[in-house]
Amino acid sequence: MPQKILIVDDEPNIVLSLEFLMKREGFQVAVAADGDAALEQVQAFAPDLVLLDVMMPKKSGYEVCEILRADPARSAMKIVMLTAKGRDTEVAKGLALGADAYVTKPFSTKDLVAQVRSLLAAG
Amino acid sequence: MNPWAVFLLAAGYLGLLFAIARFGDRRADQGRSIISANVYGLSLAVYCTSWTFFGSVGRAASGGMGFLTIYLGPTLMLMLAPVLLKMIRISKRERLTSIADFIAARYGKRQALAGLVTVIAVIGIVPYIALQLKAIAASLQALFPEQGGLLLLGLDATAVIALALAAFTILFGTRHLDATERHEGMVAAIAFESIVKLVAFLAVGLFVTYGMYGGFADLFRQAAALPRTAALLDLEQGLGNWAPLVLLSALAIVLLPRQFQILVVENVDESHLRRAVWLFPLYLLLINIFVLPIAIAGLLQDLPGNGDIFVLGLPLSQGQEGLALLAFIGGLSAATGMVIVETIALSTMVCNDLVMPALLRVRALGLAQRPDLSRLLLNIRRGAIVAILLLGYAYFRAAGEAYALVGIGLISFSAVAQFAPALFGGMYWRQGNRAGALAGLAAGFLVWAYTLLLPSFAKSGWIPGDFVEQGLFGLSWLRAHALFGLTGLDEISHCLFWSLFLNTACYLLFSLSLGPDAVEARQANAFVDVFQRRGGDTSALLWRGKASYQALAGLLERFLGAERARLQLQSYARKRGIADLAAREVNAELVRFAEIQLAGALGSASARVVLASVVEEEELGLEEVLHILDEASQVRAYSRELERKSRELEAATGELRAANARLRELDRLKDDFVSTVTHELRTPLTSIRAFSELLAEDPDMAVPERQRFLGIIVTETERLTRLINQILDLAKLEAGRADWTSSEVDLAGLVREAAASLEQLFRDKGVALALECPGEPVPVLADRDRLTQVMINLLSNAVKFVPAREGRVSVQLLSSLDRVQVRVTDNGPGIGPEEKEFIFERFRQGGNTLTDKPKGTGLGLPISLQIVEYFGGRLWVESEPGQGASFIFELPLQARN
Amino acid sequence: MQAFNRGRQRLVALALLGLVLLTPPMLNTQAGASGLDAFLYLFGVWAGLILAAAWVAERRD
Repeated sequence: MPQKILIVDDEPNIVLSLEFLMKREGFQVAVAADGDAALEQVQAFAPDLVLLDVMMPKKSGYEVCEILRADPARSAMKIVMLTAKGRDTEVAKGLALGADAYVTKPFSTKDLVAQVRSLLAAG
Repeated sequence: MNPWAVFLLAAGYLGLLFAIARFGDRRADQGRSIISANVYGLSLAVYCTSWTFFGSVGRAASGGMGFLTIYLGPTLMLMLAPVLLKMIRISKRERLTSIADFIAARYGKRQALAGLVTVIAVIGIVPYIALQLKAIAASLQALFPEQGGLLLLGLDATAVIALALAAFTILFGTRHLDATERHEGMVAAIAFESIVKLVAFLAVGLFVTYGMYGGFADLFRQAAALPRTAALLDLEQGLGNWAPLVLLSALAIVLLPRQFQILVVENVDESHLRRAVWLFPLYLLLINIFVLPIAIAGLLQDLPGNGDIFVLGLPLSQGQEGLALLAFIGGLSAATGMVIVETIALSTMVCNDLVMPALLRVRALGLAQRPDLSRLLLNIRRGAIVAILLLGYAYFRAAGEAYALVGIGLISFSAVAQFAPALFGGMYWRQGNRAGALAGLAAGFLVWAYTLLLPSFAKSGWIPGDFVEQGLFGLSWLRAHALFGLTGLDEISHCLFWSLFLNTACYLLFSLSLGPDAVEARQANAFVDVFQRRGGDTSALLWRGKASYQALAGLLERFLGAERARLQLQSYARKRGIADLAAREVNAELVRFAEIQLAGALGSASARVVLASVVEEEELGLEEVLHILDEASQVRAYSRELERKSRELEAATGELRAANARLRELDRLKDDFVSTVTHELRTPLTSIRAFSELLAEDPDMAVPERQRFLGIIVTETERLTRLINQILDLAKLEAGRADWTSSEVDLAGLVREAAASLEQLFRDKGVALALECPGEPVPVLADRDRLTQVMINLLSNAVKFVPAREGRVSVQLLSSLDRVQVRVTDNGPGIGPEEKEFIFERFRQGGNTLTDKPKGTGLGLPISLQIVEYFGGRLWVESEPGQGASFIFELPLQARN
Repeated sequence: MQAFNRGRQRLVALALLGLVLLTPPMLNTQAGASGLDAFLYLFGVWAGLILAAAWVAERRD
């Protein structure tokens, strides 16, 4: 049974590239374009890992992360924050809110895949 | 009516007054003053004497409504409360005890000036006291016509009354010496008297108006029917000297010695003036309401006499003996009140400013060596009281018959009016000096005596009257009632004009041509600036000298009595926390304290003289005094300057803080900007890198997929280029290196094109775009591409911020004669006032940058602003939060050739 | 005294108003009027001034 990944970003081209990448690596993939949609997809799709953009309309990645982490039933779910703002404070904030990893845009596809795999293996 | 019953009634009434006064004094000694604001206000009604009680009716019976002037003047004067307040404040500061003291203290505390004021006051007031005696005599005459009203114990009843009043005043006013010359018991008794005379007069008025006639309207109707009384109803009759009499009475309410005593010296609390401002005028109004009705009724009844006695005559003619007795008591009340206060005030002045200076000068008496002078002072005052009343009696016998009551009173008013230039000038004009005051007073007094007093003697046959009719030495320009050929005025207006004119002229001329001496300069400062001196008393600065404590204490003991002196020195030491005053060196402050205590008992001029006998004073030169005063004012100016500086400093600190906050904000903005630009640059880069890597890793990718990915890479690269170009644009703009062409552009066409180019964007979001554009060209001078950039910026901003589907954007182009305006209006969330300030700054974007992802670089508006301004226009925003926003730019219209 | 300070200028203004209303030439308007009218004018203005003065002087604002 393939592991499930939810991709959340408001840039359609980035979603497209990530979707293609993750499917190629053999994951089952779902997408969401904003924070609210992301929360709905988590309910419906029950992913093992979420790739979460920070700057999004309606709810920021931070808020989504906080809500997800408040639910103990999903404590096993991994969260990887993606952001174009690479400042240390933002990295720290994401990790403090319970993200498992923090990836800065633009990223290397190889590294991202490796990061995702290691997180899912550890879980 | 039994004369003895009336005598006992009068005696009983005086006894009641005395009991009230004793009660008031006892309470004052216990520190529980009974002088309230109401008592103070009522005591001012000592102004209403027999003149008011009897004389007003007489005046009204011959002159109509002119009698009111005497009460309108004081009403207006009381409303000049700031002036009165300043007088009270000065008097309290300087411990002044009479009007002579006030004027003398202002002009250097010299006995000559105090003496002159006293002489004028005594000579001026004697007729007024005579008036009271005459009124009492006349009222006795009315009560006992068959006895001639005159004999009591085989003596002239008026003389008996004069002596009784003297005895009474001595008991009232000279019980002890007080540093402030206050007589609270007397004030309480006077307030009581004011009530009595008001009640009595109102009772008669009500009886006459409503008992004998059918009210005001009835009386006025009956009066109009008879020629003799009809004349009284015409205001015209009184208008001739209306204004001079209003002025005269306005001055009198302050300058009469008894009014100064009550208004200024007896004031225990400045705030009482609040009440007096309206209570006293109200009293005056009430006591005058029935004057005209009583006068009319007296004439209608054809009573004998000149009207002065109608108040008694009307009740008697109706057989109302009880009411007549009440009226008699009211009149007695009015007369005694005036006599008591006036003689107390005058006797203080005579003692302090005439007798004591003379005695101190006669070394043979060895006054300076006598151990206790306080008894002597009291005895001098007692003697003065008797003497003044006897003088009044003499004037009454000699000249009293020739004039009506009011005529006599106005002579006195005119005399004290002479104090006005020196007193008011001294309060407000620093340059006024003693030479001016002396010259002005002397000139005014001489003119008064020549034009009013001497003619009154002549009228009584005391002296030949030629100077009135033909002029002195037969010189017609010296006629007493037509001085320098001035005719057409009644004698009071005539006197007032010349005396006050010459008085003021002399005061000004001498003040301006001669300089002040050292003490004067100091006192001028103390008077004029009394409100500026908050606690700080410069006069202690202005003293330098040596004195021994023993000598100073001895002086106080001699003039105040041993007990009183000891108490005063004790309280002085206690207030300053000094254990043993005798052990310390005598300083300026203690000398000043001693001087004030002595001034309370002796008047400021005499106090200065006796103090000089024990204090070795280094006479300060005028130069030095002016220098010190200057320094004192410099210190004040300096402290004001300091206050101003510290306020400025505070403001500057505030500005700095704000500037700092703004700098931080700018810093944060720059940070945000970098972060935003970074984000904007990284987003397309992310796609480009991801797809490039995917393509690179998978050379066998299907062709359509490969084409699609390459297309994305191209679009994202274009996006990146656009962004970089905008940043460069802005940098160029800000550096002012823009190199744009200016040519005639049709703005209407340009707006239409810009709208058309964004049509797709609007359609995608479901936003309606309405265009209001004239068909004909609207020429402006600008760079076509730049203006298009502005339009596209504004339109894409608008579409960004309106809600999808419900959004509406409109563009209006309005041209006036020389300008054209383009308004881009949306129905988005609007812009708050605080945001409006920043929205045209770089790096700034509308909306919350975190939850609402910014929809641009934040550079569009700043770039647009710079473009519009470059072409001589303006760009601004009009918006209310929640109401949408309008971005408007305006450009000068290019004139069509 | 602070409140009184503020009232002071108003009192002076009242005094000036009274001076205008109660002396010629303003008073000439009442000359020749019927006796009762002139009487009512004088006492009316006078009472008005007193009321205004009381209001200004006693107000503690």
